[in-house]
Amino acid sequence: MSVDQKTVRHIARLARIAVRDDELEALEKELNGILDWVEQLGEVDVEGVEPMTSAVEVAMKMRDDVAVVQDLQKEVTRNAPGAEDGFYVVPKVVE
Amino acid sequence: MSELTKLTLAAARDALKKKEISAVELTGAYLAEMAAGTALNTYVTVTAEKSMEMAKASDARLAKGAGGALEGLPLGIKDLFCTKDVLTTASSHILDGFRPPYESTVTANLWRDGAVMLGKLNNDEFAMGSSNETSFYGPVVNPWRRKGDATRLVPGGSSGGSSAAVAAKLCLAATATDTGGSIRQPAAFTGTVGIKPTYGRCSRWGIVAFASSLDQAGPITRDVRDAAIMLTSMAGHDEKDTTSVDRPVPDYEAALGQGVKGLRVGIPKEYRVDGMPAEIDALWSRGIEWLKAAGAEIKEVSLPHTKYALPTYYIVAPAECSSNLARYDGVRYGLRVEGRDITDMYEKTRAAGFGAEVRRRVLMGTYVLSAGYYDAYYLKAQKVRTLIARDFAAAFADVDVLLTPTAPSAAFGIGEKTDDPLSMYLNDVFTVPVNLAGLPGISVPAGLSSDGLPLGLQLIGRTFDEETLLRAAYAVEQAADFKAAPEAWWKA
Repeated sequence: MSVDQKTVRHIARLARIAVRDDELEALEKELNGILDWVEQLGEVDVEGVEPMTSAVEVAMKMRDDVAVVQDLQKEVTRNAPGAEDGFYVVPKVVE
Repeated sequence: MSELTKLTLAAARDALKKKEISAVELTGAYLAEMAAGTALNTYVTVTAEKSMEMAKASDARLAKGAGGALEGLPLGIKDLFCTKDVLTTASSHILDGFRPPYESTVTANLWRDGAVMLGKLNNDEFAMGSSNETSFYGPVVNPWRRKGDATRLVPGGSSGGSSAAVAAKLCLAATATDTGGSIRQPAAFTGTVGIKPTYGRCSRWGIVAFASSLDQAGPITRDVRDAAIMLTSMAGHDEKDTTSVDRPVPDYEAALGQGVKGLRVGIPKEYRVDGMPAEIDALWSRGIEWLKAAGAEIKEVSLPHTKYALPTYYIVAPAECSSNLARYDGVRYGLRVEGRDITDMYEKTRAAGFGAEVRRRVLMGTYVLSAGYYDAYYLKAQKVRTLIARDFAAAFADVDVLLTPTAPSAAFGIGEKTDDPLSMYLNDVFTVPVNLAGLPGISVPAGLSSDGLPLGLQLIGRTFDEETLLRAAYAVEQAADFKAAPEAWWKA
């Protein structure tokens, strides 16, 4: 499988990264280089093999279902490029 | 070079306890070395004032005969670890100005034990790279040079600031992280020791995430004993990370020196890759002879899916990174580039904030997870990953540790491989399978290349058997008797 420039633009849109038209050709080439290379996994017979979901077998831990109340609004918003009264400020989303 | 900074972590610890030196003197000596070593570009942030405050507090505790296992020992922290109120950037433009309101669990463990922070160390942007050339803050320079050649070499990556700072004695030891080799390969390139523990041994909480099923923290140090001491403090269960394991942390230092008599050491035949330089092969053979002479039993083993590890990794890691890096949107922290609407703001912020390698991996990951391609790429890769882990499990039925080279070459020149992502990825051919299987691995300096650069041997252990791993590493270290050090050209 390989990607064309239209697909690169689509992926970039999904990833929310602006890509200039003059960058598309190089990105297409780079991504296809990597995709060609990973294509060799096609040789591996994975019939009946379970996909790995955890690198190390561990039982999922449970904790007590207790609410923890912390007032962190100031700490949480203090690194925001735009914040007011403890809220994040973003460009208008709803008209 | 200051006499004080020549001490290893273990020696400095003992000297502090006996009050032969003070934490303030030791910290001052390191801050002076750091100021004289800026040409190496190892630190992105120096916390001199905080360092001296922490050192004074350590001296006060030591004076009372109190203090933790790392009391008064000055460390460098990879800039991937969140440090409360101290700039944390992951060496990315997109985290401009980020001062975390919390401390990572691993660094909190180090401060609990009395360690002193010197500053934050450079790394590849979001730990994506094998040469520390993708950092927004510029490449780190390896303190080592080829014999009679002033070419600037890479320190390996992604923990290149950590490896270079330890090798140049700009800190006693450093924290690092390893997703596909980012502790072990830079250790090999700089003549230092680097251990990546078993997945789950150290908490990932507060470490900037790259690929969550592969990321693990570990130390880079001057020798195996120092690595054991550091790991004992860094490791441990943390309820804030559900993947951190709830088992006691052994005293790893106590495991050293038990010898390797009767230990079964596996030599994976698939690691003899095409085009491997003869001197790497020769180093590997010497390692085998050393362990044999120390009483270990050598066995050839087979890990048949080895050649599929790198392509598997370059599906799994980008997939997880594209998901993890979705959080950088210009809203909650770091850089924001204004746009005509919110989507335009996201797109412009991320275009300006991410470097070329990070962008490449986010796009790659987005593609392999997108509708219609998930099964062909991601699911397939996770199945091959199961086969890779099974290979190791089968080998460990017959042997206790595996011995391999750490990297297929010595350190290369800055700029030599930046135009070809695939040739850069191949650096991690011996380290990536270990992350995919979640196993512990360590790199130990074992010799010099013909042009005078350090080379490392890697040992791979069973899940949560870091003690046997360190014991074997200590035996290799004893036999290798690696004493070479780089000349301090950066002070000129």
